[in-house]
Amino acid sequence: MARLIVYYAHPGHRYSQVNAKMFARAQAVDDVTIVDLYAEYPRHNIRVDIEQKRLLDHDIVLFQFPLFWYSSPSLIKEWEDLVLEQGFAYGSGGTALQGKSMMLAITAAGPEDAYTKDGYQHHELRTFLTPFEQTARLCKMSFIPPYVLYGSLKAAAADQTGGHIEGYATLLQALRDDRLDFAAAAEHDVLHHDTLPILAEV
Amino acid sequence: MGDFLQISFVLLIAGVIAVPIASKFGLGSVLGYLIAGIVIGPILISLNVDVISLQHFAEFGVVMMLFLVGLELEPKKLWEMRTQLLGLGGLQIGVTTLLIMGIAMLFGLPWTISLAIGMVLALSSTAIILQTLQEKGLMKSDGGQASFSVLLSQDIAVIPMLAFIPLLAAPELMETFASEAAHGADAGHGDGHGGGHGDGHGDDHGDGHGASGPGFMDSLPAWAQALVTLGAIGFVIVGGSYLTRPIFRFIAVAKLRELFVATALMMVIGIALLMTLVGLSPALGTFLAGVVLANSEYRHELESDIDPFKGLLLGLFFMTVGASIDFGLLFSSIGPVVAMTLGLMALKAAVVYALAVMFKVEGADRWLFSLGLAQAGEFGFVLLSFTVANDVIPPSISSQLLLVVALSMLLTPLCFILWERVIAPKYDSDQAEEADEIDDEAPIIIAGLGRFGGIVNRMLRMAGHHTVVLDHNSRQLDMVRTFGFHAFFGDATRPDLLHAAGIENAKMLVVAIDDKDQATELVHYVHHNHPHVYIVARAMDRNHVYELYAAGCRDIIRETFDSSVRAGRSALVALGMHPFDAQKYAQDYEVADRRALAALAEVYDPDLPIHENTSYVERAKELIAEQEAQLRGDSGRFTSRAERGWMPPTLKDVAAEAEDGAE
Repeated sequence: MARLIVYYAHPGHRYSQVNAKMFARAQAVDDVTIVDLYAEYPRHNIRVDIEQKRLLDHDIVLFQFPLFWYSSPSLIKEWEDLVLEQGFAYGSGGTALQGKSMMLAITAAGPEDAYTKDGYQHHELRTFLTPFEQTARLCKMSFIPPYVLYGSLKAAAADQTGGHIEGYATLLQALRDDRLDFAAAAEHDVLHHDTLPILAEV
Repeated sequence: MGDFLQISFVLLIAGVIAVPIASKFGLGSVLGYLIAGIVIGPILISLNVDVISLQHFAEFGVVMMLFLVGLELEPKKLWEMRTQLLGLGGLQIGVTTLLIMGIAMLFGLPWTISLAIGMVLALSSTAIILQTLQEKGLMKSDGGQASFSVLLSQDIAVIPMLAFIPLLAAPELMETFASEAAHGADAGHGDGHGGGHGDGHGDDHGDGHGASGPGFMDSLPAWAQALVTLGAIGFVIVGGSYLTRPIFRFIAVAKLRELFVATALMMVIGIALLMTLVGLSPALGTFLAGVVLANSEYRHELESDIDPFKGLLLGLFFMTVGASIDFGLLFSSIGPVVAMTLGLMALKAAVVYALAVMFKVEGADRWLFSLGLAQAGEFGFVLLSFTVANDVIPPSISSQLLLVVALSMLLTPLCFILWERVIAPKYDSDQAEEADEIDDEAPIIIAGLGRFGGIVNRMLRMAGHHTVVLDHNSRQLDMVRTFGFHAFFGDATRPDLLHAAGIENAKMLVVAIDDKDQATELVHYVHHNHPHVYIVARAMDRNHVYELYAAGCRDIIRETFDSSVRAGRSALVALGMHPFDAQKYAQDYEVADRRALAALAEVYDPDLPIHENTSYVERAKELIAEQEAQLRGDSGRFTSRAERGWMPPTLKDVAAEAEDGAE
């Protein structure tokens, strides 16, 4: 069993149409640590020692957030800046996270075809996520392709988010039980609830 | 009584007129007093004032000054100065004495007289130098520190000198010089009072003085004398450490300002008397007491109580120096006296300059040190009358030396002016460094160390700032001390105490005293008299904010505002609001409230009741209307701000985004 920690970050939690439901659903999954970053640090006063201890105590770190301006909400950046210290996460002697995994669970308002070379976002979604990917690499962690919902607002308006939310629970359980096929997942740029490569129960 | 009032009035009016004029021309207060003394000299004579006895009385100002200097000097610092005291001070006295003795012998004087003259003239004027250095803020400079070391050594050296001088007595020589007794009356004048004034430097009483009546010490064997002396010093140290606090706590009950002054005077005079009784220098004794009390929380209180007395007595002393110059004698022998004075000053300055090179006092400080110590001092007067009384120096020589001493003191302020205007500017680069040092010392004064000031103090100290804390609640201080903090006793609303705490150099004042009106008054005083001081003030409530604002403070913290906002935030979270949303509410509430408060503070008039202040009423009405509109949600100002941000875009936004992106 892998020790999984989920960092949820949504400053507009109240207005959230998909992420809040995902967060609520995640809380129903057993044996997973779930942190609401904005609730824990409403004044951005991140306590580095506690966060580093959390990282040491888990094998997989998953950040769940809505895509804001092609990146995460600001508190996650603050968290990275402070917690991923040199000597701890990277640099000389910085091996604390070696061998652990990082994954993102993201909702994007734009439709899937916008995130192509010819779409109006002009880049693939993974291109926007390279800072996270490289962060994981520098920390000697493996980066699992992100779990993504495109066109999230449209989906919410059409009440078509049930699959994504339930798939999120399935994903967390699979990560927890070592049943996500990392090799198969790596074949994909992004994962969706219907493309999750789950291994049969041992 | 009538006489006393007359004399006092003459002295006071002379000082009050002369000192501001001298200060205006940049001559310093010392020269002002000296000139005032010269001017009123004839008046005093016509009033039959015994200038010399007045001078001995005024010398008590030196005792007080050394007490104050001691207060500024912690024991640790004094110990660090020991090489300077012994080396620098000892050499200055020894070398100068021997050189002057040699020169006097070259002029054909016997060695006993020459040696005595050497000792008399080797000493410098503590009163003038320290007063001037303090006035010009130079005490902490290298030159100032070196000067102080030498002056302190001299003060200590007076004691063995007084013991030694009677051994040089040579009555037969006195007869040789008796032919020149024409001016003897003058010296005899000083002599006649030598025995009567124990208030000066302890020379006149006790075992040091063969001519005066024997003190009780003389009846004791030598070992017992030593024991009594050590006991007295021990008493000053132990008493200063352990008795001060209970005494001040006892009188604090009466809550009378003058009682503190009386107690402080009582302590200084008591110590001076005790020292005189055992044959030690009162100046030295009170200095020691000052050092003992340097770490005490009553330090600033004592300082501000004694300071005016010191100032007045020293002023009186300088005036008597001016008044005692015998112009008849001066003009009859102006050539030799002026030559001797200039020669003496050049010699003393040269000796100190050489020592400054040896002890690595550099740049402008070296000149300050040499020029400052060039004169002979008030100890010279004391020793002269003593030598005459002991048949060591004949009156004819003594009267001339008195003139030399007085003249050299008169010239000293000119030396400082020379230094300040001509020499110091040449070392401008050094000066810049010094300014930094002073800036480092600039304190942050915290008035009031209760629940509020205590926290501010701890935070500032944690960040490495130097704070001076004032509180006038003994019990509070006791408690604070239990936790290992340092604070001074005193009412921060008193200008003299603020001065003692260093408001002139202060960077900042934190007003955290409990009394609302006093806090406002304090802000008003400091804002108007020391505009360079940044003021942070605690307000009790809204109206107090307005008052503090009107008094000139622009950094006002309401004592319960932040905690109330936090309580509100806490309540919202407990009611189920997301902590981050609660934080946003708290922030926005704070911004809106402070905006309203600042707007009203602008139109508040402390002299006008609120209901008569039309612009205040108008502004308040506007703000209330605005708030109500927000509550109803029609202006949306407050709510939209609280909820702005992190709202998801609408589908329309996404569509527009797609259109724009496609272009």
